[in-house]
Amino acid sequence: MYFYLKNLTPTQQVGALFVTVFGLLLLASAMAFMLSLREYTDEALAERRRKDLKSINGVIRTSWLMVLVFWIGWISGDWVALTLFGLVSFFALREFLTLSPTRLGDHRSLVLAFFVVLPVQYWLVGSGHFDMFAVFIPVYVFLALPLVSALANDPLRFLERNAKLQWGIMVCIYGMSHVPALLMLKFPGYDNKNAFMVFFLVLVVQICMVTQHLASRRLQRPPVAPAISQSFNWRSWGIGMAVASLCGALLAGITPWVPGTAFAFSFIACLAGSMGHFVMKALKRDRGIPSWGAEGRSTTGAGGLLDRVDALCFAAPVFFHSARWYFDL
Amino acid sequence: MGSMLAKLMSLFLLGLIRVLTGSQARWHGCPPKAEQRIYFANHQSHADLVMIWAALPKELRTVTRAIAARDYWTKTPFKQWLTTAVFNVIYVSRDRTADEDPLEPLLEALSNGDSIILFPEGTRGHAEEPQAFKAGLYNLACKFPQAVLVPAWINNVQHVLPKGEVIPVPVLCSVTFGAPMQVEPGEECKAFLTRARQAVIALRDV
Repeated sequence: MYFYLKNLTPTQQVGALFVTVFGLLLLASAMAFMLSLREYTDEALAERRRKDLKSINGVIRTSWLMVLVFWIGWISGDWVALTLFGLVSFFALREFLTLSPTRLGDHRSLVLAFFVVLPVQYWLVGSGHFDMFAVFIPVYVFLALPLVSALANDPLRFLERNAKLQWGIMVCIYGMSHVPALLMLKFPGYDNKNAFMVFFLVLVVQICMVTQHLASRRLQRPPVAPAISQSFNWRSWGIGMAVASLCGALLAGITPWVPGTAFAFSFIACLAGSMGHFVMKALKRDRGIPSWGAEGRSTTGAGGLLDRVDALCFAAPVFFHSARWYFDL
Repeated sequence: MGSMLAKLMSLFLLGLIRVLTGSQARWHGCPPKAEQRIYFANHQSHADLVMIWAALPKELRTVTRAIAARDYWTKTPFKQWLTTAVFNVIYVSRDRTADEDPLEPLLEALSNGDSIILFPEGTRGHAEEPQAFKAGLYNLACKFPQAVLVPAWINNVQHVLPKGEVIPVPVLCSVTFGAPMQVEPGEECKAFLTRARQAVIALRDV
């Protein structure tokens, strides 16, 4: 079986991967549906089960969406994949900036952020200018956008407003753009299978976040920083990291690495992702909301997209640059 | 041909407003129903009408008409086409010296059974809270007691296209519809307008 898979062409391998993932998702959806049909006599238990099922359904739905996006990106080629990720960045940035009240003077900077910085960054990724797209936002945009804001002649809360905009751009545009950037790396002896790298990164980070969430529910240990997150504690974090890194090592076959290196890379990616998620939690607390797309319908209409992808936005740049640096690409 | 173009335009505007603002409709106080309604909301930008329009279900969009100032919106053929074919607005003259009652076209539309969207402030406001409401709402409510008055709060839309700017910025906006209200028997104009304004402001915090 293993040798059969190894002997397929890269395209066929990636295709087989998608078939497997779609199959697993179908199974998960079917199981969730079956569970929802079950009757419970105890009302409290039924209520808890309904809540659990709701969150599981949410995860399954997100997973379906992500896999569909990746699949469409893969069959349509690099530029379509880039456009799709660009759209994700667009909607995530829209969500982020909605809850950071801006003033009239920021309008020009916002227009530039959405309609100039975002396309330019993704174009830089698509055309393979690695050095440029790594510094475009942290250096050029960082210095240029406050200038536009200053020219708008409004000093009230100037630092705060510009800092919010910079944060939004860093997390939503810079971070997210590194996921399709993985498709551009040329690993030795690993031609055209970069879709696996994206899959590896996303899967490992998702496993880390889900395991951490489940572990903290089970363990019920006192939170490390209760004002930021009621559920974050070091033990469940450690469990999430260990499980995800082990999964990464097990999946080393689809990467150009040996299991030891794959373990190290998954560890780095999960570290950045989980810590980034925690930082975003602090940001949300500052704004007074538990999540971007709060329970039910929030005033802003945020759909919770940023909740789902923020770990990825932090993990992707770290993963990308570690891989590039380690392999001298 | 003309109606197909209008349909395409309305689809385009709907898509645009969804991409830019998410355009979430929150039917807090009442569901969308096919009855004669007068929607009244705070007025912050030109996009207010499109926000409420996009929040309504497809079937109600054609029978819910907004008010447009005749002198501004008939200036160019495109503006005229946009407001008649796509949005089906009611033109009102802002010219006070005319003999006819300025509310005449509204009364006509209401007697035909249409629902209307009204911005009682009169002009776009730029403060945190809406300005004082004008008397038009009270007069219409008294003349048509069977029309259901629905307050609405349009959230955040002033950030999309502030005064003097040309390019809109994507920001998530929502329209919150509140519980219907009506003129109490014997209620004075000023008291009713204050109550209506409070109802709209209350929806901001929902």
